[in-house]
Amino acid sequence: MNNYHWNWGIFFQTIQNGDVTYLTWIIQALGWTIAISLLAWVIALALGSLFGTLRTVPHRGLALLGHAWVEFFRNVPILMQLFIWYFVVPEMLPHDLSVWVKQMDPQISGFIFSVIALGLFTSARVAEQVRAGIQSLSRGQRAAGLAIGFTTFQTYRYVLLPMAFRIIIPPLTSEFMNAFKNSGVAYSVGVWELVFVSNQMVEETGGQVIESLIVPTILYIICSYTANRVMYFIEKRSRVPGLIVAK
Amino acid sequence: MKKHHLLLALVAGLVVQTANAQALDGTLKKIKDSNSITLGIRESSFPLSYLDASQKPIGYHIDICNAIVDAVKAKLALPKLEVKTQAVTSQNRIPLVVNGTVDLECGSTTNNLDRQKQVAFAPTTYITQVRIAVKKASGIKTLEQLHGKPIVTSTGTTSVQLIRANEKGKNLDFKEVYGKDHADSFLMLEQDRAAAFVLDDNLLMGEIANSKAPQDYELVGEPLSTEPIAIMLRKDDPQFKGLVTATINSMAKNGTLTKLYNKWFESPIPPKNLKLNLPLSAALKDAFANPNDKPAESYKK
Amino acid sequence: MFASLDFSIVLQAIPAILQGLLYSLELTVVAMVGGVILGTLLALCRLSSNAYLGFAAKVYVDLMRSIPLLMMILWFFLLVPLMTGVRMGPENSALITFTLFQAAFYSEIMRAGIQSIAKGQINAGFALGMTYSQTMANVILPQAFRNMLPVLLTQTFVLFQDTSLVYAVGARDLLWAAKTVGINNGRTVEMYIFVSLIYFVICFSLSMLVKYMNKRIAIIR
Repeated sequence: MNNYHWNWGIFFQTIQNGDVTYLTWIIQALGWTIAISLLAWVIALALGSLFGTLRTVPHRGLALLGHAWVEFFRNVPILMQLFIWYFVVPEMLPHDLSVWVKQMDPQISGFIFSVIALGLFTSARVAEQVRAGIQSLSRGQRAAGLAIGFTTFQTYRYVLLPMAFRIIIPPLTSEFMNAFKNSGVAYSVGVWELVFVSNQMVEETGGQVIESLIVPTILYIICSYTANRVMYFIEKRSRVPGLIVAK
Repeated sequence: MKKHHLLLALVAGLVVQTANAQALDGTLKKIKDSNSITLGIRESSFPLSYLDASQKPIGYHIDICNAIVDAVKAKLALPKLEVKTQAVTSQNRIPLVVNGTVDLECGSTTNNLDRQKQVAFAPTTYITQVRIAVKKASGIKTLEQLHGKPIVTSTGTTSVQLIRANEKGKNLDFKEVYGKDHADSFLMLEQDRAAAFVLDDNLLMGEIANSKAPQDYELVGEPLSTEPIAIMLRKDDPQFKGLVTATINSMAKNGTLTKLYNKWFESPIPPKNLKLNLPLSAALKDAFANPNDKPAESYKK
Repeated sequence: MFASLDFSIVLQAIPAILQGLLYSLELTVVAMVGGVILGTLLALCRLSSNAYLGFAAKVYVDLMRSIPLLMMILWFFLLVPLMTGVRMGPENSALITFTLFQAAFYSEIMRAGIQSIAKGQINAGFALGMTYSQTMANVILPQAFRNMLPVLLTQTFVLFQDTSLVYAVGARDLLWAAKTVGINNGRTVEMYIFVSLIYFVICFSLSMLVKYMNKRIAIIR
C-alpha cells in the first residue's frame, strides 16, 4: 500500500471542466441506481406474479406460456439481455418507430431500456418463487376454494395467492436485493449510475481507484441491506400463524 | 511543469538509494529475482496495442516494449527472461502498475500531471489528437454543427470531460451518449443513435478500418485536444526508468521509432490488412528529435 | 440493418469461443465445488452453539450478499495484490473471488437444507452413540444435500451466467472471446446474439435437469 497516493479530499473537489463536486456526482448516481432498481422491481413483481401464477393454473396453454416466459428471461445473462434490448430490438421495429426510439434523449432511453431489461430478467426469477409458493400450499386449499363455489380466479385471488405471497417473502427479499446489485449493468448503455460514475472518477482523477471504488461499494451495501430490512419488516408483519417459521 | 520537477527532485532526494549503481533495486531487482517481466497490454487500442486473429497482442507499443525487454535482458544478462502479458483496461491500468502486477504498461495512456502522482512515464512515443468521427452522408464538418445532437464517446475516457469543456467554453449543448467500450460506441454511430463519435484519432481510425463500411466514415473538424501517449511504469524507480528512457531515446535517435511508426500507422496492418493513414505529425516528429516526457498540460495552447 | 447481419463470422469464431467457454465452465465448476464445501462449513458455523463463530459467519454471509459481484471482482483483482504483494492473473483472481462469493449463497441454501431435517434425526444419531460431527457427516448432511440439490443447481446456473462479469478484469471467458472476434471484424451484434444463444442452451438444459430432479426427489418425501 506504500506506493499508493491517497486522496480522500477528492470527493470535495470540483470535476474537471464542470461546476459540481465528485460527491455530487456520486449522490446523483445513487439516485439513478435507486430509480432503476425500484422501477425494475415494480415490473418484476407485477409480471413475475402474473406468469408465476399462470404456471400453476389448470390450463395447459397458459401454464406453457408462464413456463416459456421464465425460461426465456432467466437463461441469458442480464448484460447480454440489455445489449439485445438496446442495440438489436430497435433495429427490428418498423422504420418510423425505430427512428423515434433511437432519437430519444440518450439518458432517458438508456434508463428506460435498463429498467425494461432488469425488470423482465428479475420477473422470471420472481415467477419461479411465486410458482414454488403456490405449489407448496396443500392441495386441500385449492379444493376448499372450489368447494365453496369460488371460480378458479376467485380461488387464486382469495385463497391461494394471499397464502403463497406470505410464504415466499424471504426468497423475494433476495431477489429485491439482486435488483439493486444487478442495476449496475445500466452503465453499459450510458446511464450515470454508480458503476458508471465510479469508472469515470477513476479516469478523471488520474487513478484514485480505491477512493472511487469504495464509496459506491458502501452505497450498494447500504441499499441492499435497507432492501433486506424493509422486506424483513413486511415478513414479520405477515407471517402465517401456525407454520414452522412463525416462532 | 516546474512545480512537478521540483517535486520529483524532492522525492529523489528523500529516497537516497541511487548511490551504488551496481546494486539492483526496484523493478529491475524484481525482474532479476523472479526471472520474469509482465507487460500490460490493451486488447483494442489500435494500432498501439491490440489482439491479432490468433489473440496475440501486437502493435506499435508492443514492438517498443519488446525492444525494452531486450535491453533488460542484456542489462541483467538474462537471455531466458520470461515475458508475461496481462490485459489491462482504462480503469485498472494505473492500480495494476502501482500494485506490481504490471511492470511496463504498453497500452495507450495519456501522460498527465494527475497520473504522475501515481505513476511515471517513458518518453512520449505517440501524440494523439482527440477528433470527431461522423458519417460522410451526414454532411457534418464542424463541432458547432453538432449543437443539440447526440454525441457518443466511451466511458472512462478523457473525451467525456473534453466534450464537457467544449460545451462550457463554446456555449454548445450536446446530448451525450456513452458506450461501455469503443466497439459499443462505434455501434451507436453506425446505428445513427449518435451523430458523431469523439475519441483519440488512432482509436477512431482503428474502429473505422474494422467496420463493415470504412468508406462511409470520416474525421472532421478541429482536434479537441492534443495529448502525449507514453508507456507507463512505476514511480520512484530511477534504475528502471533510466533504462527505459535510454532505450527509447536511442530508438528515437537511430530512426527505429520512425520506421515502427510507418509500419503501424501508414502501412496495411492486421487483422484486415487495412491502412490507418495517419501520417507522422509535426509534433511527434519533434518529440522523436527531442525525446521528452512532458505531460499533456504542456501541450495546451 | 438486419439484412446486413452476417453470421458467417460465427464459424470463424468457434475455436476461440470454445476456449472461452471452457474457462467459463471451469470457473463455474471450481466455484461450485469450492463454494459448496466452504458454504457447508459456514452453515455449520451459523448453526453451531458457539455464538462468536455464528456471528462471524453471519457477518460474512450478509456482507457478501450485499455487494454486487462485479464490485467484488474488481476489488479482489486490484486490492489483494496491493495489500499482500501476491500477484495473480485475472483468471486465478476470478476463481478465488467466485468461490468466496458463492460460498455465502451456498451456505444459506445449506442452512435451510439442514434446518429442514427433523430434529429427531440428530437425537437419533446421538442415541446411537455418534459424536456431533459423526451425526452431521453421516446422518444430516447427506439428507440435506439431497433435499437441496435442485436449489443448489439453480444457484449454479445463476453462477454460470454471472461468469460473464469477469470481462471487467480482462479474464478470457466466453463473452471475452466472442467480443474480441466481434471487435476485430466490426461484428459485435452477431457475436452478442450468438453468445446469448450459447448461454441460453446451456442454462436451459440445466433448468430442465433441475425440473427432472425435482420430480425424482418429490417421490422420496
